[in-house]
Amino acid sequence: MISPVDDRRPPITPQLALRVAVLGGLALVLFGIVFFRLWYLQVLSGDQYVQQANANRVRHVATPAPRGDIVDRNGQIVVTSRAATAVQIVPDQLPADTAARQLLYARLGRVLQMSPGAIEATVAKKVKQLRYANVTIKLDAGRAVLDYIAERGDQFGAAVVTPQVYLRQYPNRQLAAQLLGTVGEIDPAELKLARYRSVRQGTVIGKGGIEWSYDRYLRGRDGDKREQVNANGLPARNIARLAPVAPKPGHQLKLSLDIGLQKEGQSALGQAIGLAQGNGHPAQAGAFVALDPSNGQVLAMGSYPSFDPTVFAKPISRAKYRALSSQSNGAPLYDRAIAGQYPTGSTFKPITALASLQTGLITPETPIASPGCITIGSAGQQFCSAGKADFGTISLRDALRVSSDVYFYRLGEQANGQSGEVIQSWARRLGLGHPTGIDLPGEYGGLIPDRAWRARVGLKEARCRARRHVASCGISDERPWTVGDNVNFAVGQGDLQATPLQMAVAYSTIVNGGRVVRPHLGLEVEDHLGRLVQRITPGATRHVAFSSSNRQAILDGLRAAASQPGGTSADVFNGFPRVVYGKTGTAQRQGQDDQSWYVCYAPDARRPVVVAVTVEKGGFGAEAAAPAARLILSQWFGVSKQLVAGHSRTR
Amino acid sequence: MTTAPLPIPGTPIQPAGEPPPPERVGLLPFDPLLALATLALCVCSLVTLNSATRGDVAGQPHFYVDRQALYFGVGLVAMVGLSRVDYSRLRELKYGLYAALLGTIVLVLVLGRAARGSQRAITLPFFSFQASELGKVLLILALAAFVVDRSRRLADRDTTARVMLLALIPAVLVIIQPDLGSGMVYVVIALAALFVAGSSWRHFAALAALGAVSISLVAVAAPAVGVTLLKPYQVDRLTAFLNPTDNPRKQGYQQIQSKIAIGSGQKTGRGHQATQTKLNFLPEHHTDFIFAVVGEQYGFVGAALVLSLYALLIWRALRILTMAKNLYGALVAGGIVAMLMFQVFVNVGMTVGIMPITGVTLPLMSYGGSSVLTTLLAVGLLQSIYAQGRAATAYKNRVLRF
Repeated sequence: MISPVDDRRPPITPQLALRVAVLGGLALVLFGIVFFRLWYLQVLSGDQYVQQANANRVRHVATPAPRGDIVDRNGQIVVTSRAATAVQIVPDQLPADTAARQLLYARLGRVLQMSPGAIEATVAKKVKQLRYANVTIKLDAGRAVLDYIAERGDQFGAAVVTPQVYLRQYPNRQLAAQLLGTVGEIDPAELKLARYRSVRQGTVIGKGGIEWSYDRYLRGRDGDKREQVNANGLPARNIARLAPVAPKPGHQLKLSLDIGLQKEGQSALGQAIGLAQGNGHPAQAGAFVALDPSNGQVLAMGSYPSFDPTVFAKPISRAKYRALSSQSNGAPLYDRAIAGQYPTGSTFKPITALASLQTGLITPETPIASPGCITIGSAGQQFCSAGKADFGTISLRDALRVSSDVYFYRLGEQANGQSGEVIQSWARRLGLGHPTGIDLPGEYGGLIPDRAWRARVGLKEARCRARRHVASCGISDERPWTVGDNVNFAVGQGDLQATPLQMAVAYSTIVNGGRVVRPHLGLEVEDHLGRLVQRITPGATRHVAFSSSNRQAILDGLRAAASQPGGTSADVFNGFPRVVYGKTGTAQRQGQDDQSWYVCYAPDARRPVVVAVTVEKGGFGAEAAAPAARLILSQWFGVSKQLVAGHSRTR
Repeated sequence: MTTAPLPIPGTPIQPAGEPPPPERVGLLPFDPLLALATLALCVCSLVTLNSATRGDVAGQPHFYVDRQALYFGVGLVAMVGLSRVDYSRLRELKYGLYAALLGTIVLVLVLGRAARGSQRAITLPFFSFQASELGKVLLILALAAFVVDRSRRLADRDTTARVMLLALIPAVLVIIQPDLGSGMVYVVIALAALFVAGSSWRHFAALAALGAVSISLVAVAAPAVGVTLLKPYQVDRLTAFLNPTDNPRKQGYQQIQSKIAIGSGQKTGRGHQATQTKLNFLPEHHTDFIFAVVGEQYGFVGAALVLSLYALLIWRALRILTMAKNLYGALVAGGIVAMLMFQVFVNVGMTVGIMPITGVTLPLMSYGGSSVLTTLLAVGLLQSIYAQGRAATAYKNRVLRF
């Protein structure tokens, strides 16, 4: 009964025992490894994996917060938001297969009446900009379209979504368009700014004007609708409750603006331009500012021509944008009130006067001969009044009343000899030559020409010519500062550049006795129920010291100019029931018609106002700007409006 | 067999007057612990599939469970049947078994339908037959027979080379299918047969060196000269294992999701909140990644229980190896032990992120008729070896206990 030799099993050999032991040992080691790995994954790092599993299944869908309204000082709506629906594509849910993607675009194109190619191009462009953000294909698609898409979820899948969004709405259309600014989705460059640190991509932010300045109050915080999704990104049955985070609406912003005054200002500017065109001037643009001189609140501020910001609520076409910024249309996007830098003409004279009085060049009674023309400087340059008018020998009050150029030429000549460039330093003290600090982006500082500036641009020109080997770079003619420069500067000509807002601030400083107000638009931040959240305080004001008798002398001159016979704007304000202190200005600009200016102050115990108006290519100050100022003042004080054109031919 | 035990040298001959030692043989014709581990794993598989695949087939919540139960039923019947047969008889069929192995694999290559880029199965009316799975058992039986034939010349390099060649032919064929996992199992089976038979350590060292050289040839040198032996997705899987976060949406995805699933199970599991499984983040959760489902739904407790059952299975298999009545039985048991160990470690290692994704099923747990049937046949063979060994040692009193 012995088994065949080669299949007979000998008793277990030491070799087999060893090898079985090796196999068993190997199994032990492998099981040990797996057990420790499991312990590490499940017990030691389990919490972290639970979080990852939750992050997997939860899709965060932003529910946009409505942007806060902007209201005027009386609580009237200036800008509001309305709910709209958007048709969006979720790029990472698009089918990977090209044919399936094309089919989806074709179907969507048929529904939205867009070409599939256009949809594809939009998606490709946006995905390049922002990798994972949803791409808006159409806004305000209409109920029928949304229903169609919702019913065919199987065709469109998770790739097409129709969320509710909010669009900006402007009930007053063109009103204050430039200063309100526009809104739009945050772009990749902005996402990196500290200013937008906690802002998620796809959020609508202010892109300009007030919308930009007070964006953090107006923006609100988007809500978070947390959906449970499966691996294909499709909504799944809620296995665990996911509480949504409600959107937080943006705060309401109250502006110092007065809608009525703003409307009247824009209309008055239009009428002034009409007057100028009637006088044969090719006027088509201008700006105005109405400022409370006691605290710097901007009551109205506008630039002409204006535009309807509604066009920016939806994506704007390139052609439309070009039309809004082209010079031939008057560049409606350009806010001339804060960014238009012009020579101011005779409206600068009170500044020259204050500088001369304070430095003792003259007293209010100093008589200065003011013939039609005078010769100044070693070069024998001749300077004449407008129309070579001879006013005889006059003192400051009359010089302001009739706007004698020669009187102020003399002041410019004398001031040039003084150390410290007194007119320049007083102009700077009164707020010219640097931004006023208004709560708007894009403000320009203008230019106060002086000896150092001229040397600087001369050097720049020389360097440029040496570098580019050209005859002229057009920066400067390389001539040094001369007394003639100062003479021109004294009457607001030459290289002086100032914005209408700066002129309003300078006049406010003179009339309020030396307080350089910081103009501002924002007054209060209120929550969406109208409760006060925060009062906006503009930065500290600066003080300039000057004697009240000097101030009074200048005000007397301005009062006379607006009321006395021979006053430059006396005929414009003929019959106007309020006291007005005003100065016309007619700025000569190379190669174009004179620019019409008027800056005035109307005192009132409760609602004093400084108004500055300018009309590009508008002719004499009394012809275009002053009549607009009268309309604005009439609106502010509630008196009957009358468009009265002046006839003064002085600058 | 004689009824009276032969005296074993060294043991005192029993005095004639004393009664024989009590019969402990034949109480059970199978190993109860092995049977327990097998049945428990079947139950674990059904329980896990039941909760994991409820929503996979619309309208049929029990689609996978019903089919898996049917496979278990058929497989258990086959297992019991095989355990009643003397496995030694299969040794005579070695050429037929090997021919069947090669024949089915080639048939799959010729007829096989394309399923997810691979031709691994022959579609039958009620299920698709994966030849490479059943081939594992066929190869174990055939190779063990070849090794027994040359058991006197194990020291020859020639023997080692021939055995390895016999395994490499079907391995290369299934890798072409492509089924890299099964191909590697074939190689492991051959190594195990040689190891248990007692081949020289030097041969294994040489094989290891050869393997290292050929792997570097396949993975580095061949692509460099423009010959791709592995499919791109296989290369991606193997390299994605090294850096899963490089491309989380593609190759590393499965591994990352599997780790998240297991990790999020924590100590006691997420039960009905097992979102990784239920929301389909875990791919192939009824087949290759079923261990991750266990880990997520039942936590460390459940995963450890399943692993313990495998440990029990392998321990009993090793014990049966030592009890085999002949070398053939020991070699077959050794092959089965190696197959089970390799599959369990590679599959579980893959789900916990310490092994690359190779498409190796988890024996008994993974859904699939071929895999289930193969594993149950292997267990049936083990039971047969056990029963035969017990029957033989009942008289030889040669039970090694450990």
